[in-house]
Amino acid sequence: MEDTILTLITFFPTIGVLLLLMVPKERHDSIKAVALIISFVTMLLSFMLWSMFDPMANGMQLEVNLPWIVSFGIHYHMGIDGISLVLIVMTTILSVLSILSSWRSITKGVKGFFISMLLLETGMLGVFCALDLFMFYVFWEVMLVPMYFLIGVWGGPRRIYAAIKFVLFTMFGSLLMLVAILYILFQYQAFSGEYSFDMIKLLSMPIPYREQLWLFGAFALAFAIKVPLWPFHTWLPDAHVEAPTAGSVILAGVLLKMGTYGFLRICLPMFPDATMTYLPYICVLSLIAIIYGALVAMVQKDVKSLVAFSSVSHMGFVMLGIFALNFQGLQGAVLQMINHGISTGALFLLVGMIYERRHTRMISEFGGLAKVMPFFAAVFMIITLSSIGLPLTNGFVGEFLILLGVFKANSLYGIIATSGVILSACYMLWMYQRVIFGKVTKPENEKLNDLSWREKLIMVPLVLLVFGIGIYPQPLLERIEPAVKQVLQHVSRAQTVRLDERYQIQKVVHQSENPTRAMSGLTQGDEACLR
Amino acid sequence: MFEYLYLVPILPLAGFLINGLLLGRLPRPVVSFVACTTVGLSFIVSLLLFFELKELPVEARVIEQVLFPWISAGSLHANIGFLLDPLSAVMILVVTGVGFLIHIYSIGYMHHDPCFGRYFTYMNLFMFSMLVLVLADNYLFMFVGWEGVGLCSYLLIGFWYEKQSASDAGKKAFIVNRIGDFGFLIGMFIIFWQVGSLDFRTVMQTAPEVFVAGGALITAACLLMFVGAIGKSAQIPLFVWLPDAMEGPTPVSALIHAATMVTAGVYMIARSNVLYLMAPDALMVVAIIGGATALFAATIGLAQNDIKRVLAYSTVSQLGYMFLACGVASFTAGIFHLMTHAFFKALLFLAAGSVIHAMSNEQDMRKMGGLKKYVPITYATMLIATLTISGIPGFSGFFSKDEILWKAFSSPYGHPILWVIGFVTAGLTAFYMFRLIYLTFHGRERMDDHTRKHLHESPKSMTVPLMALAALSVVGGFVGMPHLFGVTNYFEHWLEPVMAGASQDAASHALAAGGGDTGLELGLMFASVLLVLVAIFMARKFYHQKPELATQMCERLSGVHRILLNKYYVDEIYGAVVVRPLVNGSKFLWRIVDVLFIDGFLNGLATVYSDISQLLRTGQTGRVRTYATVFVTGVAVILALMLFG
Repeated sequence: MEDTILTLITFFPTIGVLLLLMVPKERHDSIKAVALIISFVTMLLSFMLWSMFDPMANGMQLEVNLPWIVSFGIHYHMGIDGISLVLIVMTTILSVLSILSSWRSITKGVKGFFISMLLLETGMLGVFCALDLFMFYVFWEVMLVPMYFLIGVWGGPRRIYAAIKFVLFTMFGSLLMLVAILYILFQYQAFSGEYSFDMIKLLSMPIPYREQLWLFGAFALAFAIKVPLWPFHTWLPDAHVEAPTAGSVILAGVLLKMGTYGFLRICLPMFPDATMTYLPYICVLSLIAIIYGALVAMVQKDVKSLVAFSSVSHMGFVMLGIFALNFQGLQGAVLQMINHGISTGALFLLVGMIYERRHTRMISEFGGLAKVMPFFAAVFMIITLSSIGLPLTNGFVGEFLILLGVFKANSLYGIIATSGVILSACYMLWMYQRVIFGKVTKPENEKLNDLSWREKLIMVPLVLLVFGIGIYPQPLLERIEPAVKQVLQHVSRAQTVRLDERYQIQKVVHQSENPTRAMSGLTQGDEACLR
Repeated sequence: MFEYLYLVPILPLAGFLINGLLLGRLPRPVVSFVACTTVGLSFIVSLLLFFELKELPVEARVIEQVLFPWISAGSLHANIGFLLDPLSAVMILVVTGVGFLIHIYSIGYMHHDPCFGRYFTYMNLFMFSMLVLVLADNYLFMFVGWEGVGLCSYLLIGFWYEKQSASDAGKKAFIVNRIGDFGFLIGMFIIFWQVGSLDFRTVMQTAPEVFVAGGALITAACLLMFVGAIGKSAQIPLFVWLPDAMEGPTPVSALIHAATMVTAGVYMIARSNVLYLMAPDALMVVAIIGGATALFAATIGLAQNDIKRVLAYSTVSQLGYMFLACGVASFTAGIFHLMTHAFFKALLFLAAGSVIHAMSNEQDMRKMGGLKKYVPITYATMLIATLTISGIPGFSGFFSKDEILWKAFSSPYGHPILWVIGFVTAGLTAFYMFRLIYLTFHGRERMDDHTRKHLHESPKSMTVPLMALAALSVVGGFVGMPHLFGVTNYFEHWLEPVMAGASQDAASHALAAGGGDTGLELGLMFASVLLVLVAIFMARKFYHQKPELATQMCERLSGVHRILLNKYYVDEIYGAVVVRPLVNGSKFLWRIVDVLFIDGFLNGLATVYSDISQLLRTGQTGRVRTYATVFVTGVAVILALMLFG
């Protein structure tokens, strides 16, 4: 079980795809049932994965490493650390919920839709499990196809434009990434005499500073488009507005995390020197994303594009946390990736629910929903609070850790980022007020039904997660911590880092090993230890 | 008993969960029973804890109860834990005691409201958050309560959400509070990265070692946390949300926007007194902002016609007093005034609620008058509260206010100017409060006949809390009588272990300055009492004996009056300087930067591509003749070049 569990989880949805191919396309109920059961079992498998994972251990766990295409050194290499673990579990949960949310809203091409959903799940899980750059790239591209169809076939009126824009943006980035991957392959061959795509092995290869800059740039562009980092974000509002609810949930909940995950897994550990060079630029772009996303979100007229721009802002926080390069920032960033998946996913689900009733998402079309849909209003409130990071909801823990870490790294960045806390309250509460409060002004809204039991079933787990993580985040934080420490150790190899900065990073790394805070600087022995 | 400390906040939380999860399914009596009992039990537990704490020797009066580790990342370890010491013991008594009375009162007040259950759910959640705020053992967990009370305030101000003004006011409260929280967070970051902990006890012990007293870092940290206090406690320049908060049900105004939540800033500063004492510049800012707010809000109070708005500005003004006290390093006086204010201001609001109840929801004092005989209990209790807030000797407000004035004058951090500000404010307070009394309860009956017919005294559930609070307003001050009267100041003694730094400092200075100048203290006291009496006399003249005088006065000073009536146009200024530019700027970012520039550039790129392709496509005619022509021409050109080139 130890070495097959990752394979099982990743490809279980594919089994579902094969099953679905055998179901006649007009048997909608069977198709939905198969998709739901398959994704549900995948979720159970990921819970099993959680219990098999050893929170104390360092390094990759549950690895499987088999030769695949030997002449090019391609291996079937999978393994996870705490970062991938939490993302995998989040992915499987969101997949179940988004399949459940499509129960009624998808009426045409039902079979194709659910096949796409399951294929997408395999792609996403594969990216989080892959430890071989070739596999990573393959899964990365696998995700693209079903998402393209989800937007282009089941999307809104401007779906074709949105789908093409999404694909072109992503392809542009990933082609550069492919070039970089191949370059690394040949460099490694020159360095060690063998071809390898192995992400762990590649870490041992020293890469000259100038080449690091190019390689980091190529990977970072692919990832930054995915995050999306300002100014590469304009595909996101279009994709979200046009995508069906399930597509938006997966897009915001999981696909955006691919970008930040890529930074954590590839850019930072492999190119530590380049990381230090690019750091200020990326931080500034993240700060712009935080403020800009929030301001633009404020003046949106469509709830979905408001949430889309809020994602730009939230992901800016995540990026900033990653590049704080300390424990608080990185742990907060990983946690915030999960939190954003939960709260933004939930927001898209909620928007989908009123869209199904009214076939519009314009804020001005609503108002007074508290009266007609009290349960909906209550859940919406909770998710809104989670999104603006109220303490005891999940959003606060991540945001606080990120800001704390960023403040340590650069207090000016910290102060600017913290002001985003004010803006998020502005745009979310203003939207909430216009949608939920006030009198019912439109006659169409007077007879809306409150949430059905199926819709409640979708929202309740998310609400529980909001409070669960908000009140007791330790189970996640303690699993993330060793993985974050690894990343920090790799970054601290950077040669170009000014000595005092290196000291800081190492001090932070050192602190975690020794809970009684090491106040003094490191001795030479400590430094050697980390090398 | 101490092991049950967690029950104090958990009981109201249980009430919240029961009423919240079964919202709409429980009958009203059950809802109110659950809500009131949980708060009542919490009060009883607080009382027991208080007496048990009192039994302990002074130095042992610190009880910490850690429930579980909350967030730990790197060197950050924050717990969910509670701290009971003399300061938090006073706070939980005030919060649960006043809170319980207001819960009881609400049963009567909210009787007709269709959303009875939702009301009590929010109220219990508020009690929980407030108790977390005052019982937390570290800044981070305190912040949970800090933002939690902000949330409840938002929900309760906007309780009647169908009213645009109510939901606007709620949102405004939340956002303005968030501006304060922005400062508070950054202050917390500085403390954490310097001290390495957010735990109160560790911070207070370690701070003197890691911070340079009077240095930039500690001053910045204290000022930033004070920004949080400014937001929460409605001081200049962030006071604008509190008057609007009066859109909420009146008991909410009494509990949240008078007695408890708005005093959180004062509590936070008192809790951090060790830090503030290390930053004299920050203390000075606190004193100046507090004094300025006290005076500023009192002047606005002079001209308001809405009974609740007068009280709202009065609250802002009184909070200013508390900050003034903290700013002159007399944290004990600040907390003492916090306590007496909780009694008399809650009473004022509840009595005003009783008036509004009787007047069929009319809040404009110009339409009241002569209510004395219709609502005698309300009148009597409100009069007591007014005498208390005005500082008539013998009532609790006198002792606490007088202590603040004296400290503003005599403390090493004080200044005669601060005393003058407090002194003038005291006069203004007495004037506008008695204006309220005369306009509401005396003189001609100015309401319409329909309202007059329905005038009635409120039910027992409302009047009994009024009487209880009136009793507290009268006797509450005797625990903190000045040394001047030759008695022990129990309150100061009780808080001494928490305020150790402050009291030593003040005592040493007092000795140096000639050991408590009793003559001067008495003189200043008489001066302020005299001023208050004059102010009351003038209010009587203007609003009772010769109402035409007031009208004449308003006309003669019409410019000033208009400015006061419109609250110095602060809201309008914020609208023009902050809100509108922000919204317009955002629209610019969206329409111009996002759509026109970034997307325009990309779409333009796509267009250029397709245009070039279109151009190239014209060559691909598919006709063999064209291709042959091009081919032959090409060959001819190449041949020509080779032969003649």
